[in-house]
Amino acid sequence: MTGIGTLVGIALAFGWLSLFAVGGAAAAIPEIHRIAVDLNHWMTDAQFADAFAIAQLSPGPNVLIVSLVGYQVAGVAGALVATLAMCVPTAAMAYTVSRLLHRAGDSPWPALVQAALVPLSIGLMAASGLVLAFAADGSIAALVLTLAAAVLAAATSLNPVWLLVAGGILGLLGWI
Amino acid sequence: MPPDSPAAGLPLDPPTPALPGRFTLFVAFAKMSLAGFGGVLVFARRAIVDKHRWMTADEFNETFALCHFLPGPNIVNLSVVFGARIRGLTGSIAAFVGLLAPPFVIVTTLALLYAHYGDVPALRRVLNGVSCAAVGLLLAVTWRMMLPLLKRRDPVALVMLVAVFVAVGILRWPLPQVLLVTIPLSIAATWLARRRSAA
Repeated sequence: MTGIGTLVGIALAFGWLSLFAVGGAAAAIPEIHRIAVDLNHWMTDAQFADAFAIAQLSPGPNVLIVSLVGYQVAGVAGALVATLAMCVPTAAMAYTVSRLLHRAGDSPWPALVQAALVPLSIGLMAASGLVLAFAADGSIAALVLTLAAAVLAAATSLNPVWLLVAGGILGLLGWI
Repeated sequence: MPPDSPAAGLPLDPPTPALPGRFTLFVAFAKMSLAGFGGVLVFARRAIVDKHRWMTADEFNETFALCHFLPGPNIVNLSVVFGARIRGLTGSIAAFVGLLAPPFVIVTTLALLYAHYGDVPALRRVLNGVSCAAVGLLLAVTWRMMLPLLKRRDPVALVMLVAVFVAVGILRWPLPQVLLVTIPLSIAATWLARRRSAA
């Protein structure tokens, strides 16, 4: 399964996707899911949900979920290629743009474009939530846990790590 | 060279105090990355603005706005832009590698463990519970970001938000095609709405 062809496939898929990752990694999850589960059958829905959980449990940028997808396809090389493909093209773009325009100046366009992009990226994050809920919530109890975690995280300033730990304990006890 | 000699050959504008070197950049970004569970941005702001005072809050916001507006993982973009402002291309690379390499090693190790033990029933149950809670956290973040739009009752923003949600989340249409239509549409609608409210 692994080979140069597979690695090139991973690089092209994530490099292309990164150019449309408006609003960051969380907003790109539906497309990562489409590429990894629906189009290429690199992993199952359950494995994708696991990858999301592992990415949330580890420190570092959320974008590292693509490392887990890459690993699933082609081991360490796959993880490295997926991560670089997802990060390097847009990082190069950011570097170039920041060098060209040292500051935004008085033009109203950056603020306008940003105001136009914000609702799109929030809509994409909501879509991420739905796609992941379908992948992760296989039972009523699972759905209840998701909603309870959402309400607790939105209404309190509890450290999110405790909610993840609580979810893991409830899962271990066989309640989910 | 005396400290007040002109044309020391540095490309920096004013002599900002104690700008970090490349190794310091690498270590600082590695530290914020490893501290960042569920998002690094908060830790980046704390380190860059509060702890090291490498940027003022306004400079940080301006830099982040640029990174948020460009495609790609925001915090990765931020590392590159910040590194470039301080130390040029090599500064960018130092910050980028510092941000990504240490957590990459951790996540890849976890992937290896998952590949070996992912089928153990107890671990399956734990991961199942964690992923349910993690989805809940994502929903909460989304809700918090949505609140200002709901309060403003901005019709253009809400219509675009729902349209993207339906297209990508429910119909599962490909992201590039959806954005190639909705980005120009949203920019045009926002521009028209602003022009009308200004008139």
